[in-house]
Amino acid sequence: MEERKIRVLLAKPGLDGHDRGAKVIARGLRDAGMEVIYTGLRQTPEMVVEAALQEDVDAIGLSILSGAHKALVPRIMELMRDQAMTDIPVFLGGIVPNDDVAEMKEAGVTAIFGPGTSMDKIVEAIRAATSHREASSSG
Amino acid sequence: MDDLLERVRQGDRRAVARAITQIERSKDRAREIVIKLYPETGMAHIVGITGAPGTGKSTLVNEIARELRRRDLLVGIIAVDPSSPFTGGALLGDRIRMQDLAGDSGIFIRSMASRGSLGGLAGATSSAAKVLDAAGFDVILIETVGAGQAEVTIANTAHTTVVVDAPGMGDEIQSIKAGILEIADILVVNKADRQGAANTVKALRMMLHMGQQKRQSRSGVRPATNLATGTANNRSDDQADWAVRVFETVAPDARGVAEVVNAILAHRQYLKQSDQWLEREKDRSREEIQQILQAHLDLQLERNVSNTEREHLVTAVADREIDPYTAAARLFTQIFPDR
Repeated sequence: MEERKIRVLLAKPGLDGHDRGAKVIARGLRDAGMEVIYTGLRQTPEMVVEAALQEDVDAIGLSILSGAHKALVPRIMELMRDQAMTDIPVFLGGIVPNDDVAEMKEAGVTAIFGPGTSMDKIVEAIRAATSHREASSSG
Repeated sequence: MDDLLERVRQGDRRAVARAITQIERSKDRAREIVIKLYPETGMAHIVGITGAPGTGKSTLVNEIARELRRRDLLVGIIAVDPSSPFTGGALLGDRIRMQDLAGDSGIFIRSMASRGSLGGLAGATSSAAKVLDAAGFDVILIETVGAGQAEVTIANTAHTTVVVDAPGMGDEIQSIKAGILEIADILVVNKADRQGAANTVKALRMMLHMGQQKRQSRSGVRPATNLATGTANNRSDDQADWAVRVFETVAPDARGVAEVVNAILAHRQYLKQSDQWLEREKDRSREEIQQILQAHLDLQLERNVSNTEREHLVTAVADREIDPYTAAARLFTQIFPDR
């Protein structure tokens, strides 16, 4: 009688207007049986976290191509801490220079998907990171 | 659980979100939550927004919500999008058009996948609306999946149904057809700045005019005092005193939206002042009991008749060994084996 669906918030924080990648990912996750809430372009960190809270998602995917991840990601993580949402895994996609990877992981990002990452790998990573939430029935 | 629901009653947003998830995930949890919250529901005005795909429902919902906020009403939004029948996944994109509403703590938006439910809503929609109701939201806007002519469940879920049309949707013939247009308490022609808008408005007004004539002639046969015995389907009789009107909007500019909101609130007042609020509540309750009963029967069937046995009957019907009525009758006797 239980119906477990992985709900993922897909957001594009920051000012770049290129959401083709995000749309491809949204479609791919949908085809993998997930429910994808796509919020569209130019989201502030506050908007992302508020949407994640209202939608009670199992994972958050951020697509950032503008290079502003060093400002946006820590701010999103801070807001999530304020709301006690740190159990929700955050994935980062887009252009993240190798030098920044450690810093992003330090900030709390579960995994980073650069250009060319296969859809299967992304789906697998989200499934693995949300399995603990799947298992816990209440909250 | 009780702690979660106590936080829902206090309007805690995380608790509201979590309760809705539990309703979506588990029928047992849904039952428990509805039973416990039910006494605190019944205050909210539930407004359905429906219409064909591409008529601009989400943008209109965005503007309606903004206008309601200007009038200091707390607004909950449930936006339903279809699940893929093949993968079970869903792409829920209604929030894209509702970004203006971010950062306002008087608004709560929840996207919901239909998860195989027909009728334009999800199975959990009505229970989720109860959570928002108990949390103190004054108006709950339910945006259905892009609906055609058969998705009329919303009329038995909402107090007020707004049907959205747009120019160029094939309205000349479509508006005469039964179904979605007939459930409207308020009709909106969105994208009214587009070519052909005047024709769409004209076609809808003509349809309303024909409908009203039918209503008048019927009320001659059936006096208004008898209406309470009606079933859920004779909506056109029920609202003999409410004049359905056609509004023109250009949602991105909020043009005409204040008038639509006036009509929504006026409809609530009309329902409250007549006995129609109670009638709609009865329609809603009837629909809900029916759904719960149906789900209960399905479950009993699943529990008491093995899959193999059911498949055996299916094959027998397919092979023309027995007819479908006989097969159903056999299953029916097995649903409650202890009687």
